[in-house]
Amino acid sequence: MENLEENQKTSPKETDIFDARLQRRAFLQYAGAGAAVVALVAAGCKKDRPVYTDFGATLDFKDDTGVLNYAYALEQLEAAFYIKVASAPPSGFTQAQKNYFQDVQYHEIAHREFFKKALGTASIGSLEVDFSSIDFTSASSVLGAAKTFEDLGVAAYNGAGARLKTAANLVIAGQIVSVEARHAAWVREQLTPGTFADLNSLTGLGSSNSGGLDGALSPDKVLAAAKPFIKTKINIINL
Amino acid sequence: MNIVNILEEIEKVDGEIYERLNPRRQAMKDFFNVGKKISLAAMPLALGSMFNKAYGQTTLPTAVVDVLNFALSLEYLEYHYYNHALLGTDVTFTYPGASRAAITVIRDHEKAHVDLLKGALGASARAEITYAMTDFTAGGAFPVYSSYPTFLAVAQGFEDTGVRAYKGQAGALMVSPGVLQTALQIHSVEARHAAQIRLMRSTPEGGSVAVKPWVSLGAAGQANDSGVPALDLVYAGEDSVMQATISIPPLTGAPTANDGQKKAAVESFDEILVKAKVVEIANIFLRTGFKL
Repeated sequence: MENLEENQKTSPKETDIFDARLQRRAFLQYAGAGAAVVALVAAGCKKDRPVYTDFGATLDFKDDTGVLNYAYALEQLEAAFYIKVASAPPSGFTQAQKNYFQDVQYHEIAHREFFKKALGTASIGSLEVDFSSIDFTSASSVLGAAKTFEDLGVAAYNGAGARLKTAANLVIAGQIVSVEARHAAWVREQLTPGTFADLNSLTGLGSSNSGGLDGALSPDKVLAAAKPFIKTKINIINL
Repeated sequence: MNIVNILEEIEKVDGEIYERLNPRRQAMKDFFNVGKKISLAAMPLALGSMFNKAYGQTTLPTAVVDVLNFALSLEYLEYHYYNHALLGTDVTFTYPGASRAAITVIRDHEKAHVDLLKGALGASARAEITYAMTDFTAGGAFPVYSSYPTFLAVAQGFEDTGVRAYKGQAGALMVSPGVLQTALQIHSVEARHAAQIRLMRSTPEGGSVAVKPWVSLGAAGQANDSGVPALDLVYAGEDSVMQATISIPPLTGAPTANDGQKKAAVESFDEILVKAKVVEIANIFLRTGFKL
């Protein structure tokens, strides 16, 4: 924390503001810390400090591999959720809702398997999920969780797109995010008709109703929101 | 969006960016302070105004201006399509249930997109497209304002085209990360619209068409799942099962009968549509003299 204090003492020149996030290799120890604290720690870290991670998965955002692994992590989470619901849907589900979860599990499996194959040996491997907060016998609990995952997934892809350096990867991300947005719209209609694109309800994810803009969130914020559902520790570096 | 990256990119082409911004040092400080309070989504607008102050004009690269004007054309078309459906005196169908409210939400978003793109383009914005320049009946082929099912079918075509169009232009926006993110935020809203229109057409919602919220395979295994052969152009290539160099099938668990594997693969990924094809579709609805 010394670095942090030094930074605060010095009256920052504008160039420092830019350097702080630009040129230092940010090291985010991602474990329970609030986003603000994480950002401060990141800004305070020295260049090229070695990263130690004892266990868990590390997302290194220095290049597209990190971004694709990030997507792979989120798709693993979604796939696991939909597979679980499709295998034993809540008794309160309509036939249309059962069909939906049946279909969407294949979409999420397709996304997960695509990233797994595309990443090959560079993949972060399988994550362990934690769905203990979801009541899988309750239609509203399951639909609510699906809404959370889909809206967050859309904001995640929207917020990560500009990090990709290869156009082909950006296209793939675009091909997936619109499918996730279709899921989000559908599940929202199941919960409250007319809310398929209620951008006022998504401001926490970075939406703007006046601009007609969907959510967009940086990976650290997305993973903080997804943290309760992921047992595996995820380390973020070079964000 | 990462403002720092944007400034860095500009610094590469304009080493004096900080000096240009410098006389407004206080404005910069205010900007950063305000930035903590305003939503991320509002950032592109705030940035636009800051850069306007620094340069006295917008400085978007030509390729980006072209993409945004192309997007603006599509948004004008969508806006007029819905706006006329809500306000036009020649509209003879009645809106069932809550459909008018849903169409109003979509119309308002399209208007917001028009305004946002116009604002971002500033003096580089293309000339306005008015309703009088459009013909959404495509010379009488589609009775969009006298038949509610036709209105929704063409709406589905517009939304799915919009989703494909934005996706197809994303690569050209990589030079401007802030603009790219904004375009992505519009893109997924169009996808939400598309899902809603599809839902409004479908059987569980009282409609009569067997469409899913996402683009699936047509009943006869064709790319166009809309049930409207006239929309073939919109769905050309949507039946792809290959993404990059990877085959999506086989998908564990997905049925193998009745094209089940192919359906799941097609539904999992939306496809891009190149600009020329999008222009071809848009021109169907623009009168002679005003085509793209």
